[in-house]
Amino acid sequence: MLIKKPSDIASSEITPKSTYLNRRNFLAGATAIGAAAAAGFGLRELASPKESAQANTKIDGIKKSAFSTTESITPLKDVANYNNYYEFSTDKYEPASLAKDFKTRPWTVSVEGLVKKKQTLDVDTVIKMAAPEERIYRHRCVEAWSIVVPWVGYSLSEFIKRADPLPKAKFVEFTTIYDPKQMPGQRSSVLKWPYVEGLRMDEAMHPLALLAFGMYGEVLPNQDGAPLRLVVPWKYGFKSIKGIVKIRFTEEQPQSTWNLSGPSEYGFYSNVNPTVDHPRWSQARERRLGEFSKRATLMFNGYGDQVAGLYSGMDLKKNF
Amino acid sequence: MIRWIKIPVFLVCLVPLGLLAWKGFHGMLGANPIEVITHATGDWTMRFLLITLAVTPLRELLGTPSLIRFRRMFGLYAFFYGCLHFMTWLWLDKFFDWHEMWADILKRRFITVGMLGLLLLLPLAITSTAGWIRRLGGKNWQRLHRLIYVTAICGVIHYVWLVKADLRKPLQYAAILGVLLLYRAGTWVGPRLRTARVSTVRAERQVTESKIV
Repeated sequence: MLIKKPSDIASSEITPKSTYLNRRNFLAGATAIGAAAAAGFGLRELASPKESAQANTKIDGIKKSAFSTTESITPLKDVANYNNYYEFSTDKYEPASLAKDFKTRPWTVSVEGLVKKKQTLDVDTVIKMAAPEERIYRHRCVEAWSIVVPWVGYSLSEFIKRADPLPKAKFVEFTTIYDPKQMPGQRSSVLKWPYVEGLRMDEAMHPLALLAFGMYGEVLPNQDGAPLRLVVPWKYGFKSIKGIVKIRFTEEQPQSTWNLSGPSEYGFYSNVNPTVDHPRWSQARERRLGEFSKRATLMFNGYGDQVAGLYSGMDLKKNF
Repeated sequence: MIRWIKIPVFLVCLVPLGLLAWKGFHGMLGANPIEVITHATGDWTMRFLLITLAVTPLRELLGTPSLIRFRRMFGLYAFFYGCLHFMTWLWLDKFFDWHEMWADILKRRFITVGMLGLLLLLPLAITSTAGWIRRLGGKNWQRLHRLIYVTAICGVIHYVWLVKADLRKPLQYAAILGVLLLYRAGTWVGPRLRTARVSTVRAERQVTESKIV
């Protein structure tokens, strides 16, 4: 950002000014926007209700991370136009247009279950909880394609520490928004809505597990899970739940949506594992978007050094 | 007359391929072009199978027997797109790794049944010429070509077995195929029922007549 601002106004509150400037103008006049912000538009924006924090909105103060891969990044246009987001459509090319007007503000995240204090947080409060980091991660879909994405977020553990779960909490359950008016895919019962995912507590506390609200240095596009999503790079993509509205701490293993849909095909763990095939197709290789030949899939999607310890002594064929 | 309609129809059937090629050339096949090609060639195989199977009901219902002149072309296009679908898999997915290919055919049931469907089309494509109809004799030729029913069913099962959760599209194909097969069941059973009824009536009449005598 070009201007200095009081520390109590977070960048996330100022940036959505693009809401009342249309996007083309925004792109054309980035400098004009800077000037407008300097002239106090930023403050005026704070007083008026905002509907969404649009993509193309830069996130300030992003720190680099040692967890980032140096592999070449998949072009943004691919990551933003090829989405498994069944709440909008089962066709991967459709969420980009169907999610265009999806409202990501106002948005709250409720913290429930085994916590000291149950609460409902504004998503911008959640986003401000810790400093944003850029994490360039490999992302491997269960359908055997993969991408490399520079996510912006912070370790999920930062959030969990602040949520303060009780000692008997063994799992974290995440729920996506249920809003069939805005999400046409939810009007058919392809999956059981709302979408639910979960992690074991030690998995959730692993520093690689990311609570993300941006990518490519900007606010997440709606079709990529805005305003808040999970990124668990050593697991198949469907574990990285999008559009989170609820985080619940439980003693019992959560019932994840895909596991319910196909128990023999999608396990609770769903760690990337080239030696355990999906019953209907091989997981040994993957197609990195933009590449012609397939490449070998790595155990834990290449994050074995960091996460293999979480599963020592476990039969990963059984706990697929 | 028919001959002159055949040429544009032939060209129209090439449009899906042309469109794929054009989009591919202009980088318009999206983030995962190989997946798009695989799905498009598979869809068009299924569509041409259904179009082929729709020819007989349509010519009977519309009273346009000349439609039969297009059936072979549609059938061969189903085979053509099926081969493209297979080649996409063999080349762009398996990279001619025959070992892995065999493993897949044996292990993955959706591939087994898809492969079977395509293989059954092969003898039909070969014997699609007038010469082969003569050599086999009309009856035998017709019997052999009923294999297309098996292929179409294989195609639907192949599709149902490969989707993750959204069964709507494969079930649309299944529904259309169901109607086309039911039509045939109807035309097969109908006349037989009628002759059966006629012969029972005749038999009953004979019985009563003999009683009278």
